[in-house]
Amino acid sequence: MENIDLGLVDWSRAQFALTAMYHWVFVPLTLGLAFIVAIMESIYVKTGKEEWKKITLFWMKLFGINFAIGVATGIILEFEFGTNWSNYSWFVGDIFGAPLAIEGIMAFFLESTFIAVMFFGWNKVSKKFHLLSSWLVAFGANLSALWILVANAWMQNPVGMRFNPDTARNEMENFWEVLLSPTAVNKFLHTVTSGYVLAALFVLGVSAWFLLKKREQLFAKRSMVVAATFGLFSTLFLVVTGDESARHIATIQPMKFAAMEALYDGQNNAPLVAIGILELPQDPEHPNPREFAYKIEIPNMLSYMAFLSPRAFVPGINDLINGNPEKEIISYYEKIRRGKLAIQALKNYKSAQKSGDAALEEESLKIFETHYPYFGYGYYDNPDKLIPNVPISFYSFRIMVILGVHFGILFMVILYFLYKRKLEKMKWLLWVSILTVPLAYIASEAGWVLAEVGRQPWVIQDLMPTLSAVSKIDQTSVQITFWLFAAIFTTLLIAEIKIMLTQIKKGPNEGGH
Amino acid sequence: MFENLSYLALQQYWWIIISLLAAILVFLMFVQGGQTLIYTLGKTEMERKIIINALGRKWEFTFTTLVTFGGAFFASFPLFYATSFGGAYWVWMLILFCFIIQAIAYEFRSKPNNFLGSRTYETFLFVNGLLGTILIGTAVATFFTGSEFSINDMNQSTWKNSFRGLELAFDFTNYNTFINLSLGLAVFFLSRTMALLYFINTVAHGNIIERARKQLVREAIPFVVFFLFFVGNLLLMKGFAVDPETKIVSMESYKYLHNLLEMPWLFALFAIGVILVLLGIYRTITCFEVCHDKGIWATGFGIIFTVFSLFLMAGFNHTAFYPSTFDLQSSLTIENASSSQYTLTAMSYVSLLVPFVIAYIWWAWKAINNKKITESEMNEEGHSY
Repeated sequence: MENIDLGLVDWSRAQFALTAMYHWVFVPLTLGLAFIVAIMESIYVKTGKEEWKKITLFWMKLFGINFAIGVATGIILEFEFGTNWSNYSWFVGDIFGAPLAIEGIMAFFLESTFIAVMFFGWNKVSKKFHLLSSWLVAFGANLSALWILVANAWMQNPVGMRFNPDTARNEMENFWEVLLSPTAVNKFLHTVTSGYVLAALFVLGVSAWFLLKKREQLFAKRSMVVAATFGLFSTLFLVVTGDESARHIATIQPMKFAAMEALYDGQNNAPLVAIGILELPQDPEHPNPREFAYKIEIPNMLSYMAFLSPRAFVPGINDLINGNPEKEIISYYEKIRRGKLAIQALKNYKSAQKSGDAALEEESLKIFETHYPYFGYGYYDNPDKLIPNVPISFYSFRIMVILGVHFGILFMVILYFLYKRKLEKMKWLLWVSILTVPLAYIASEAGWVLAEVGRQPWVIQDLMPTLSAVSKIDQTSVQITFWLFAAIFTTLLIAEIKIMLTQIKKGPNEGGH
Repeated sequence: MFENLSYLALQQYWWIIISLLAAILVFLMFVQGGQTLIYTLGKTEMERKIIINALGRKWEFTFTTLVTFGGAFFASFPLFYATSFGGAYWVWMLILFCFIIQAIAYEFRSKPNNFLGSRTYETFLFVNGLLGTILIGTAVATFFTGSEFSINDMNQSTWKNSFRGLELAFDFTNYNTFINLSLGLAVFFLSRTMALLYFINTVAHGNIIERARKQLVREAIPFVVFFLFFVGNLLLMKGFAVDPETKIVSMESYKYLHNLLEMPWLFALFAIGVILVLLGIYRTITCFEVCHDKGIWATGFGIIFTVFSLFLMAGFNHTAFYPSTFDLQSSLTIENASSSQYTLTAMSYVSLLVPFVIAYIWWAWKAINNKKITESEMNEEGHSY
């Protein structure tokens, strides 16, 4: 642990981030489009109208193209926990492995089996069974997301486990606490609904293009009704879960919360910076900027967002580092001291076991258990290293929220003009719909950037820093695989976009291919 | 119910599940084998399309089984996950690259404007079939021949060879490399053999079937040769034995032969497996007039039995399933590498879903394959690759 190479950690992180961000280009569309397709097919089965089958087939084809590449990037993530984060795999594998395995057994098989029926079963199984298969695919994809997000939530808020000094790892004590932790439930709901919104915007953008081209107008408007309705409900849900999520972060990861607000000095009645530009940092020793060049604030809003009370005290970065006895905040200096005590006690425990010194063994264990909640802090000397990147956290949060508001308004406006039967005349609105598709992807990625960059340097909150989780591989190997992944994912993304655009241009009336 | 099992019984139960998943995975790798035969069996564009579509309906099962195998191994034996994946970095990375390019190849191959061209996607399928099978087979052989790593008292592992796993397949100064590669090549030829049996069973197209029947002998012979070389070595070599009391690992002559003899039921299972594999191939090869097209099932079940018993041979009867030749005492056993009793118990409840999963996969397989794949189906409206 002492001689960890920072270059190796950074490259390993870069590789994981690259894979995760590419994976997340494809997954949200899969999550949402699966439901949209299932809804469309339900309308077909209910009404028996062939146009609805055509609509279903068109979107299903795009779903299939997108699904394959999501699978390709997903398998890499699973195995990268072992290849690049082997110490992590042992330290928390007892808890973290279970959701991954359950995902495979429970969800992924469901999804991939019934996808085969969905694509090849049209003339082989009954209409109703085909419809059931489409719903099972949607259900399977979302169930799959549940287990992965449970795993991620556990890293942000480790619960339901106990450290076993004999095996030197965390061991699960309560499966239900892991599964039903409020962080997990909230993360799941917020993340999958973000996928629904993205998919709805995708359908909206593609349909808007048909309207602008004056092609397939009925098909386009029908698709838009389904998508905008589904999207609007999802956005409402997204706002509620996002709000809930902010409160979780404020209590469980106060440093992430302070960083995403660029809040250095805590205060009562804290205002929310709705729009702000951070000043560029002058001092290379402290790369995080401390001042705003420009900001618009909403009074009391931050206190309200964090603790549901306009008067509540929101701790800033300085409060967390230096401590604030009045607010019962332990300083990072103290946490580092306790963390070092825990690390030393574990070492003493191990050597006492070897030498058979029962008294020292018992004493060390007691010290260890008292200070274990701060274990991870012991790997650091300088509390400044425990601050995440402030500008990235600050801006990614704002990008996500501002775009989210834009999406909600767009769905409402589209539904209004569809209802008024004027949509095809509103050229500017159609253009906005098309241009919003890339924004949906940006907002969605920004959410993950905030979640993952904002929690640094932790891979397991407070317990395991990212730098001690890494596999000890030579840096060059990781650099090579990073560039190989970058090249292959980029190539495949280009291929997918070209194929998608061609399929969209062909439109719903050209069956087969 | 699982609460009443001992820790050891749970570890054994999970080793059985891992072994079963591995066995099913090897069977399903007929998809990989088929991907290397596209141009051998398909001489026209339509023939190749039929072959690719016959495989394309099944590739997700293989892929999903691989993902589940990885996840289940992580959950039940995390120390293996940490040691092997983090250690033999390059082997696992190569395997991963093979599978990324497979996942998109089917869906993208026949789509217009697909950027790389159909031939590139077919090459992706070929590379996946060639490297994927050989590397996975080679990696599994190290369960018997061992790798160079050590584990400290915090259970952190360090790989001791700077070639990061590539030494297991390319260090020809070490005899073990030949044993490893022989299993890799056996899996490769086996997957091709099974692919031929699968086509014979599923495709209704005269030329393809005729070529597949001719090709069968050419694949089955190298398979049998490499497999016998591997099994011969396995039964004669020293193995990694664990003392049940002290947990000390030592080398024991004829360890794997002893495992078979000391567990007669395993010996029976292994023998039945091998016989079924050969029977399926033999019956398909020999009846040219009234032709037998169900060989895939005998051979398929045979493969599942055989691989299953090989895995049990590696992990049961006080044997280290992931041995270290660098430091014997660092070797992984199902006891020292497993998850906690609590996690294994919780996971065991989830494992009760497995029969249900197998049942719906079976059903979907039947529903999609109830008619043989024909040329006319390729021209129908609907989804094809």
